[in-house]
Amino acid sequence: MSDIADRVKKIVVTHLGVEAEKVTENASFIDDLGADSLDTVELVMAFEEEFKCEIPDDAAEHILTVGNAIDFLEKNAGSSAGKPAA
Amino acid sequence: MSGMDAGTGFPGGTLMAGKRGLVMGVANNRSIAWGIAKALASHGADVALTYQGDALKKRVVPLAAELGSKLVLPCDVSDNASMDAVFSTLEKEWGGMDFLVHAIAFSDKNELDGRYVDTSEKNFTQTMLISCYSLTALAKRAEPLMKNGGSILTLTYYGAEKVMPHYNVMGVAKAALEASVRYLAADLGKGGIRVNAISAGPIKTLAASGIADFRYILKWNEYNSALRRTVTIEEVGGSGLYLLSDLGRGVTGEVHHVDAGYHVQGMKNEDAPDISVMKAEDGV
Repeated sequence: MSDIADRVKKIVVTHLGVEAEKVTENASFIDDLGADSLDTVELVMAFEEEFKCEIPDDAAEHILTVGNAIDFLEKNAGSSAGKPAA
Repeated sequence: MSGMDAGTGFPGGTLMAGKRGLVMGVANNRSIAWGIAKALASHGADVALTYQGDALKKRVVPLAAELGSKLVLPCDVSDNASMDAVFSTLEKEWGGMDFLVHAIAFSDKNELDGRYVDTSEKNFTQTMLISCYSLTALAKRAEPLMKNGGSILTLTYYGAEKVMPHYNVMGVAKAALEASVRYLAADLGKGGIRVNAISAGPIKTLAASGIADFRYILKWNEYNSALRRTVTIEEVGGSGLYLLSDLGRGVTGEVHHVDAGYHVQGMKNEDAPDISVMKAEDGV
């Protein structure tokens, strides 16, 4: 498991207060982990803070599962869409 | 919690010792209202919080515990009975109150994008009711409880004074809110009740996530404010403490800017990058 995946899962466990075993890559924040719509916004903010990057709104809309978040952060760290915050 | 820092970034004290009041509009620990609540509690205030709906309840209850607040009440400002219930509880529990913080606004996210001229009648009315009229409705209910005078504070934004992209109907509502502050200050001044607003610079809160291109607005302020940065909820909290405590006892009807000096600038800073460079950098 990548370092990014580890850190993403840790944030999800802490923020949603769910058991670590439930936070699999296929787990949907809303359907499987009990997140509400505010949680999804807060999670994106927490990812941005942890990875010192910016997640644009149109990308955030497609981050529905734990795996989606890991994919986005692995691909975009350092690029324009996920560039480090100034 | 007097004497403690409580995460406010400045020393605690006793400016609010013996004062009791209500902070409305905490959504999570990034909320501006939370910055104010922390500052008040760090100076000895007894703070009650309200929340609207279960999604916010589960966020506000743990924060209230952090402050040692015993009163955490549901309140929907579009419902008169719900507001009445809050103030009747405060009267029963406290017999009176000294301050009220109003950090409440709402608009349809779809209309915080595109053109203001396309605002629907329904959303215009709803936005005005929740973001503007609610201050007046709450002040009216707080007045009889503020027997020894009091201080009321609301939050506004520069988009009330000047056009900000995508702020749209919320800018119109905030303009009306700022006018309400002046009229309420005049009405309630006789009873020693002060009414002020803080015009905070953009801060990344849950509410701000509804505004299109908010990241760009933040960046722009970072480059172009006098202090070359944005402000924190703790900084707004400090200014809120001043207006809500006796330090601000000669101030009412005021819209106080806590925006790193952005509102005094007439043009972009000379050392700020050109807008096209910023757009490219941001991938906007």
